[in-house]
Amino acid sequence: MTRELWKGNEAIAEAAVRAGLEAYFGYPITPQTEILEYLSRRMPELGRAFVQAESELGAINMVYGAACTGVRVMSSSSSPGMSLMMEGMSYIAGTEIPAVLVNVMRGGPGLGNIAPAQGDYNQAVHGGGHGDYHNIVLAPASIQEAIDLTALSFDLAEKYRMICMIILDGSIGQMMEPAQMLDMRPIQRKDWDWATNGKMGKRERRVLSSIYLDPAQEEKMNLRLLSRWKTIQREEVRYKEYFLDDAEFVIVGFGTAGRVALSAVRQAREKGIKVGLLRPITVSPFPAEAIEQLVGRVSGFLVTEMNSGQMLEDVRLAVKGRVPVEFYGRMGGVVPFTEEIMHEIERITTSKLSATSNPREEWYERMVGMR
Amino acid sequence: MATAISNNLVYERPKGFTETPTHYCPGCTHGVAHHLIAEVLQEMDLIEKTIGVAPVGCSVFAYNYFDTDFVEAPHGRAPAMATGIKHVLPDRIVFTYQGDGDLASIGMGEIVHAAGRGENLTVIFINNANFGMTGGQMAPTTLPGMKTTSSVKGRDVETQGFPIRMAEMLATLDGVSYCVRRSLHDPKNIRLAKKAIRMAFETQARGLGFSMVELLSTCPTNWGMTPVDALKFVEEQMVPAYPLGDYKVAASVAEIKI
Ligand SMILES: Cc1ncc(C[n+]2csc(CCOP(=O)(O)OP(=O)(O)O)c2C)c(N)n1
Ligand code: SF4
Repeated sequence: MTRELWKGNEAIAEAAVRAGLEAYFGYPITPQTEILEYLSRRMPELGRAFVQAESELGAINMVYGAACTGVRVMSSSSSPGMSLMMEGMSYIAGTEIPAVLVNVMRGGPGLGNIAPAQGDYNQAVHGGGHGDYHNIVLAPASIQEAIDLTALSFDLAEKYRMICMIILDGSIGQMMEPAQMLDMRPIQRKDWDWATNGKMGKRERRVLSSIYLDPAQEEKMNLRLLSRWKTIQREEVRYKEYFLDDAEFVIVGFGTAGRVALSAVRQAREKGIKVGLLRPITVSPFPAEAIEQLVGRVSGFLVTEMNSGQMLEDVRLAVKGRVPVEFYGRMGGVVPFTEEIMHEIERITTSKLSATSNPREEWYERMVGMR
Repeated sequence: MATAISNNLVYERPKGFTETPTHYCPGCTHGVAHHLIAEVLQEMDLIEKTIGVAPVGCSVFAYNYFDTDFVEAPHGRAPAMATGIKHVLPDRIVFTYQGDGDLASIGMGEIVHAAGRGENLTVIFINNANFGMTGGQMAPTTLPGMKTTSSVKGRDVETQGFPIRMAEMLATLDGVSYCVRRSLHDPKNIRLAKKAIRMAFETQARGLGFSMVELLSTCPTNWGMTPVDALKFVEEQMVPAYPLGDYKVAASVAEIKI
């Protein structure tokens, strides 16, 4: 097992190549541009497709077209670019075809900045494009995880014929860490029974479209998507637990916010504070059941995010007001320090918390006071 | 009076067509354009390896009529989808079929860049000077003074801008190999249109680059005209505004003999 030093963005690009990526379409935007640059060299040298599109709109629709033929396709972008891809994502969902998208999130809204953030959680997890659909969304917290989840994303996308999105923040995209790269997998073009790759004298024609003019048919299609989603909620939830066995308080955080929280948890443990961490890897489907199971055992939760409490609402839904849920978030590209989360741990373990308080409001008051 | 019935079949449904009846209004030339494409695909023996990309517009259901694989694009994005398909399956024939709202309005970016990149694709562009499907609003191709539901007093170029001539514009791009405008208003012009469509597919089949045929078409329903008057409108009003002709024929394409 050889571990090499990999930069997050390039690791994702190479992992995709080794997982059988046959076509990449993208448009530059910081902090994910290295994915595009890396693949602009790597794909042609392997005789695979690479196009620098004229925009994210162009890129996502190139993905859409290529995905219709049944090959492994990917695009990547960062927050403003992802917004532009939402139209195509909705069409891909409606057409029920697989594709992989990577969002290396930055500070927003609007043009914002290029610092690491997690403000696109709601867009990725709770919608984005028009209509009633879900995406599988994976959130790595290390370069190794980014590599492994990239490979997994193609399998999941194909298995369920839907978009699998990887969301990470700029710091994971930009940092370097030792990691083990995947082995190169041979390209296996599968003979999907839905792919529009030309009749070639072998079969009847196929059509891929997302049109269901008859509302009853559209509803049927929506129900089909939903029933698939129920299977995914049952079978594809992934998360990591740290120090949960005897934990009295549990932090929930994904990606970099989860990673910083882990350092804080380790510090707290050294001081004898019994706190643990649950780090969702699939933020969609959300590990609600794992959180529910903790409710009876712990006296409270602390959600940490690099946004104003977007995943917080999913945690609160799972907890259902049975124990206190507290929140600490930083926004706009500010990455929380370990000390800040340590401070929050001390606050929640020493104060009297209420299960019915509004953690977002209280956090907001503390933030404004801090200014 | 007895007439001799000839045993010679002179005309039949092209093999490039399915048996689905089209949904177009009476007198609409979308159907004519479809027919020409189906004939060309049959004549060139391309049906088996063709993948079509349908637009959003009245021809949104084009995928029901051609006996080839088909995908349905978001409004305006057909050239990007076609690019994606062609890059993973370069040996297939990929064509888009797009209206003027689709290609010249919302999809202006996608068409210009697919052409600029010189994608080896064929684009069939139906210019009927309005948005047909949504009920006849002004398009970028609507003639000055022409009444539509969103230019009720006639398009006023002072406030509503000028028509955009796509064939002329795209012909300026180095990536374009074959770019012509034809019309569907009478049998002679229909025959010329078919020849152009054939040339466009030949261009792609030989790997010579981007090809587009713009076809002046009718929309009797939204123009509020009889089919015959609509054809007259194309001849008398549209042809002068959108001159027919070859805007770009690359040397390599000019050598093709069909
Ligand atoms: C994003 C988006 N915007 C608007 C529409 C509504 N729409 C459907 S068809 C159309 C115009 C199509 O006109 P054209 O391309 O000229 O084709 P025609 O119907 O005239 O053949 C519009 C605006 C849509 N479907 N999607
Ligand atoms: S509305 Fe116009 S373009 Fe559409 S089918 Fe009818 S005549 Fe043709």
